[in-house]
Amino acid sequence: MSTEKTFRLDGKTIPFEDGDTVMDAALRAGEYIPHLCHNPDYEPHGSCRICVVDVNGKHQCSCTLPASEGMDVDNSSEAIVDKRRTLLQMLFVEGNHTCPACEKSGACQLQAVAYSNGMLSPHFTHFFPRRSIDASHPDIVFYFNRCILCGLCVRVSHDVDKKSVFSISGRGRSARIVFNSPSGKAVDTELSATDKAVSVCPTGAILPKHLGYEIPVGQRLYDCQPISVVGDTAKYHSTKKHFMRDDSDE
Amino acid sequence: MSDIEQFVSGLLSTSHDAPDQLLQHLCCIQNHYSHIPEEAIQLLSGHLGMPRVEIISIIYFYAFLEMRARGDFDIRFSDNITDRMLGSLSLLDSMCAKLGVKLGEPRPDGRVCVDMTSCAGICDQGPSLLVNGIAVSRLNEDRIHKMVGLIEAGIPIENWPKKFFAIKDNIQRRDKLLDNVITRGSAIEAFAVKGGEALLESIEKSGLRGRGGAGFKTASKWRFCRDASGKAHYVVCNADEGEPGTFKDRILLNSYANVVFEGMTICAGIIGAKQGFVYLRGEYLYLRPALEKLLQERREARLLGKNILGRKGFDFDIDIHMGAGAYICGEESALIESLEGKRGIPRNRPPYPVTRGYKNQPTVVNNVETFVAAARIAVFGSDWFRHAGTEQSSGTKLLSISGDCQRPGIYEYPYGVSIRQILEDCGAEDTQAVQVSGAAGFTIPPQEFYRTIAFEDVPTGGSFMIFNQQRDLLEMVKNFNGFFCHESCGFCTPCRIGGTLMKDLLNKVIVGHATAYDLNEMKMIGDLMKKTAHCGLGVTAPNPVLDTMDKFPGIYSRRLLNRSYEPAFDLDAALERSRHITGRDDEAAHIRYER
Repeated sequence: MSTEKTFRLDGKTIPFEDGDTVMDAALRAGEYIPHLCHNPDYEPHGSCRICVVDVNGKHQCSCTLPASEGMDVDNSSEAIVDKRRTLLQMLFVEGNHTCPACEKSGACQLQAVAYSNGMLSPHFTHFFPRRSIDASHPDIVFYFNRCILCGLCVRVSHDVDKKSVFSISGRGRSARIVFNSPSGKAVDTELSATDKAVSVCPTGAILPKHLGYEIPVGQRLYDCQPISVVGDTAKYHSTKKHFMRDDSDE
Repeated sequence: MSDIEQFVSGLLSTSHDAPDQLLQHLCCIQNHYSHIPEEAIQLLSGHLGMPRVEIISIIYFYAFLEMRARGDFDIRFSDNITDRMLGSLSLLDSMCAKLGVKLGEPRPDGRVCVDMTSCAGICDQGPSLLVNGIAVSRLNEDRIHKMVGLIEAGIPIENWPKKFFAIKDNIQRRDKLLDNVITRGSAIEAFAVKGGEALLESIEKSGLRGRGGAGFKTASKWRFCRDASGKAHYVVCNADEGEPGTFKDRILLNSYANVVFEGMTICAGIIGAKQGFVYLRGEYLYLRPALEKLLQERREARLLGKNILGRKGFDFDIDIHMGAGAYICGEESALIESLEGKRGIPRNRPPYPVTRGYKNQPTVVNNVETFVAAARIAVFGSDWFRHAGTEQSSGTKLLSISGDCQRPGIYEYPYGVSIRQILEDCGAEDTQAVQVSGAAGFTIPPQEFYRTIAFEDVPTGGSFMIFNQQRDLLEMVKNFNGFFCHESCGFCTPCRIGGTLMKDLLNKVIVGHATAYDLNEMKMIGDLMKKTAHCGLGVTAPNPVLDTMDKFPGIYSRRLLNRSYEPAFDLDAALERSRHITGRDDEAAHIRYER
């Protein structure tokens, strides 16, 4: 007779199935583990490390960690939240994130995760990198200042849209998103505004043109409730309330 | 047909035009043209059916691949701390001045470019550099002067004095592994006689553990791989010896390559692999021709190829794949990505390579030295091997010794040897610290010289760098930190950003501008990297800082400002431009810091 397999997350019992990661099982059970490079609709990646949890004394990324029977997962102790906050602060100083001037403010996962983890300042010295804006595409604009190299656009464009639009080039601090066109511009790629890749960015790095402040700041998704309650953009899109142009919206 | 078109189609016709060959093609094109011309990218993109951007992203990942022409002579000075201790930086300056070039900038006439590269693995005969990918050892002013003359005269390196390229094995102490010669084919014969399972048991009994440093039991790895189901199994020899201060594989590949291949072949026999790879670091390009020749000889002797030693169905061959200047590719899953022709980003594990490795098939990845040991065990048996070493660390270990000692070179010791003994043997005096296991390893102070080289005490991949009392250890820390920043793949947040934050704070300490607060910050960042980084590189990258803070606090504290906090922004430095414009440099034009 088979019994349901479970592990413990902050003391709660979480059921899981074979092949589940800790993240999969937690999200299904309605438990929120903060994440940025992970989007439950797509394959896990494990690069941002925000979903770090403590499993029996060892730090692991819950989006790539296979769930196993009897695990004791700490998702919310001050020690873990502190690690996440520091990682978030690192992401904020690596790029140029000027939230008050960003169209995505209030609907931005990076900002929302930072708030929900109690990040009040960037703490570290800003890198102030010089990064470009690519506004060549008629419908989409890229603000690379806000890119956190989660690779979601790259992965989704390749795996779901079945296109070769982006790649990550370089290594270390010079790693960056590049476009697949001889000019290096977005307009010369096969990217279109209806691509899934355009809507998965957890920051304001990829935005639609011709649209501004359709939903006023203050009434946006994460303005009303914390991300730990509302969930990530995947759920956001499914509620058809996202602020990007989508003709199928009611 | 253009010259480039001819060259690229030549490449594509001599080897398989599969995308996993891309990195190999790019290495050949780089060597031929000193960069990857746009036309070549277009041609490869068309032939391999790969987007142009994928090829570009690979070029930008590997340090030895360039988008802009380097010139007829592409020079890269090895920049390990041991090279610096032997005066590499002043030789570099001297060469740049003589040639009239700026570091990293190709000379406009297309003749030469002078740059730096991570440790080239010639620390015992340094300082060293690579010219068009080939290593030159024992640099001094005279040699630099002569090289500049040859470069200005446009003499191809094939016609340079042979002694420039002479690199000795420099074996200072031999033990079981280097002493007991086995005849060619004897390990394979032992496999044929004993059978795979018996040989595996023998390796198990010998207690052999991986020589790369992590120390996983070799027999278990081979068994897991053998028992994993897949369309094909693979054997990979990790010869991407990138850990700063390590050069033992250089010797094994130079003088013991037959034993390496023998070890790989018995592994193939045991796990059922038909194909093997040697992933050779780009810095060891000069070793390749001899290795290819040996492989060919082994094929002719029926020790490789179809029906090895006449045994029907025992088919195995070995290809050499070149790396292109990426330390991260020494990590086994990044190495596999690189073998597949991609950027060397470590995979998420599990699954481990033994179940899903090269082309997602079961793959054994072992260090060069591990294969040598396995071949010896096959011939001489497990007791012979176990006889040396300790209970948990059987056998012997090759150490690459460099830095402040009279006799640097290769030393083979049974596991369990004390650091003090090693220092005595190599003629090290007045030693301040030993860095064991490379930049990612441990800084050992004199009060710990009683400790031993063993998996259960001080484990090591083989690097052993010695620093005497005259050295500023912070220079070592700075060099290693710079190394990790340069080699970080950029995949995960803590390594990509934490490494740079650490670098900035370390600089603040070095210029005498840091406070105790900054040291706490460095500890906090280091701790985060250790706990949350994606792979071993990020986890070990803060070691030099954390270890020296713990064991040599004085090198930090004596540079600190006596105040609780000092902003990262340096007011006095910010005034430099104003001073320059106004032509002032008097006391009132400075903001002095109280110590």
